[in-house]
Amino acid sequence: MKALFALLKDYWGILRRPSVYFSLGFLTLGGFIAGIIFWGGFNTALELTNTEKFCTSCHEMRDNVFVELQETIHYTNRSGVRASCPDCHVPHEWTHKIARKMQASKEVWGKLFGTIDTRDKFLSLRRELAEHEWARLKANDSRECRNCHNFEFMDFTRQSKRAAAMHSTSLAKGEATCIDCHKGIAHKLPDMSGVKGW
Amino acid sequence: MTFRIPPLFLLAVMGTFLGAAIAAGVDYPLDAPGPDGRRPGGTLTQNAPAPPLADDENKDLKRERNYPDQPPTIPHSIRGYQIDKNGNKCLSCHSRANSPRSQATMISITHYMDRDGQALAAVSPRRYFCNQCHVPQKDVLPLVGNSFETIDKILQDDANNAKKP
Repeated sequence: MKALFALLKDYWGILRRPSVYFSLGFLTLGGFIAGIIFWGGFNTALELTNTEKFCTSCHEMRDNVFVELQETIHYTNRSGVRASCPDCHVPHEWTHKIARKMQASKEVWGKLFGTIDTRDKFLSLRRELAEHEWARLKANDSRECRNCHNFEFMDFTRQSKRAAAMHSTSLAKGEATCIDCHKGIAHKLPDMSGVKGW
Repeated sequence: MTFRIPPLFLLAVMGTFLGAAIAAGVDYPLDAPGPDGRRPGGTLTQNAPAPPLADDENKDLKRERNYPDQPPTIPHSIRGYQIDKNGNKCLSCHSRANSPRSQATMISITHYMDRDGQALAAVSPRRYFCNQCHVPQKDVLPLVGNSFETIDKILQDDANNAKKP
């Protein structure tokens, strides 16, 4: 412990001392460029983990949830727009994204220890996993839905009567958010006994 | 000396003659014309291009039932609705408890009865799978004609044709 403190003290001394050999210009410019490289590299690496390809590189995702997504309208449709995994499951805004990415370290843990590495394990955990996502979307007012589906841009006259009735009342008043009614639109549902509205 | 014909040889000869007789004897075209409604023109062996998929009719307007106990057809699209042991999307609007909130038609009380007419707390398992009886309709013309008349039409015609006293 004493040796560690001595080491830290040494480094603190180096940091405190003014540079002897490098000019101020080199240090500021160098720091600026290094900053760009680190920052860019960090974000590039982060975005690499934000792709459908990355998500489906694990069999847990590819063989369970990804298969189910493929038959839904969010995967294939007449206009060729696709919501891939991170569009719904990772916030787009940077601060929220970093927060979610830090939470995802639990998912890395799950992967390492095989929490859902068989179909049976996945099915028995499915309700819990789904509830996490419902809770997340309920808490942030379905922010990830609203990245594409903006309430302000909805044309009620082009919606079916039922949809317009619901959207112009409950959703407009903020009593309900997307996930309250639209559960299981992209994946199969777990046992829904006891879920409100089911 | 007896001359024996092997039975197998005999069978083969008979088979050949029989086959030839059938091939020559058919008086109907083997390549029959296809039924007109589903595939206009062409014959049964021709591959016609598939007709375009039609959309579900999604007008939310209740349709008339042809007879009183006809299961009503679904007047909206049900794409992606999950109905399995985990959940029933239809019941999230049409069940007894949920219909006031959604203002959807409540499923009939018979769906809450067992086969002996005893009331149950939840939907009877034998009535659980909605689209065994209730189906959405496509926005297309019927493939084949139909001369079905409802009982109301028949009664009305009867009344119209009755001689005035």
